Amino acid sequence: MSKNLDTAWALAWIRGAQEAMAEHRMELIDLDREIGDGDHGENMDRGFKGAVQKLEGGANSIQDVLKAVAQTLMAKVGGAAGPLYGTAFMRMAKAAAGDSLDSQGVVAMLAAGLEGIQARGKATTGEKTMVDAWAPACEAAKAAADGGADPAAVLRAAAAAAAKGAADTIPMLATKGRASYLGERSIGHQDPGATSTAYILAVAADAAEANEAPEEAA
Amino acid sequence: MSTALVLVSHSEKLAEGLAELAAQMAKDVTILPAGGTDDGRIGTSFEKVQEAVQKARSEGQDVVLLTDLGSATMTVESVLDFLDDDEKEHVVFAPGPFVEGAVAAAVGAQVGSSLTDIVKAAAAKELFA
Repeated sequence: MSKNLDTAWALAWIRGAQEAMAEHRMELIDLDREIGDGDHGENMDRGFKGAVQKLEGGANSIQDVLKAVAQTLMAKVGGAAGPLYGTAFMRMAKAAAGDSLDSQGVVAMLAAGLEGIQARGKATTGEKTMVDAWAPACEAAKAAADGGADPAAVLRAAAAAAAKGAADTIPMLATKGRASYLGERSIGHQDPGATSTAYILAVAADAAEANEAPEEAA
Repeated sequence: MSTALVLVSHSEKLAEGLAELAAQMAKDVTILPAGGTDDGRIGTSFEKVQEAVQKARSEGQDVVLLTDLGSATMTVESVLDFLDDDEKEHVVFAPGPFVEGAVAAAVGAQVGSSLTDIVKAAAAKELFA
């Protein structure tokens, strides 16, 4: 009953991410206007639209999907999110080398993404960045997988932890990126990068659950 | 070996203006602005930076890159990650203040300083002492 994730899942994930970025474009712009340069929603929308276009012809593997996303985000996203998400997807592509992902494979993929973000942004938890969504997501994914959860449930646990992590950035003082220039005034606002991370992981879980459904019904 | 500068800014105008300013004391140095996104918005472009680096390298020059803000630095570091290993010693990021660093690096390149010394000059520490 537990279904490993395949290329169709990866494609559905990225289409879902594109829809989520389009849907939440204004919200991300508004969050970024409060403590940044106001381009996050626009950039993410543009980046994932580009990624979906690039993947229109399909893909042969999860790795191909994630690599195409990485390249597009690096090329199309003008702000910090480009190199950060670009590096995350590039590292996730490397980690997701096989034909499919089981629960521990999902954990390894997410951990590789977090490592990429930290290598690029040199941020750690508590600095009001997307790391504050990714890090708890990775921990929750590992706990779920170690407890025997299937890949879809692992992603759902990661997404829930990321959403909580994003909300937890509200009282934080920003010490990385453009928001850090605001000092104390950055307190009281939710970090846009952590927020987009939560949306992206939520649709990864949606895609996995949709992927799982037909087989269980059969 | 001569050294070229690539100036990476969120603003196309800022990169171009700084290239103009830095050229004042470095008339023989190749100074390539790489500012703004591909479609002319505020931001940085992986492709613009990569193209500037490749242009200078195709002329046989070493390359020093300077940036205006943190996310420009991340774009530069991403471009550096994609270089072949034997290219990496010829293309380096120089952390420092964008304007003063570019002027100091341009002067260093003009007088034929080593890549290491140009990077050191770009940190422009003496200006803030």
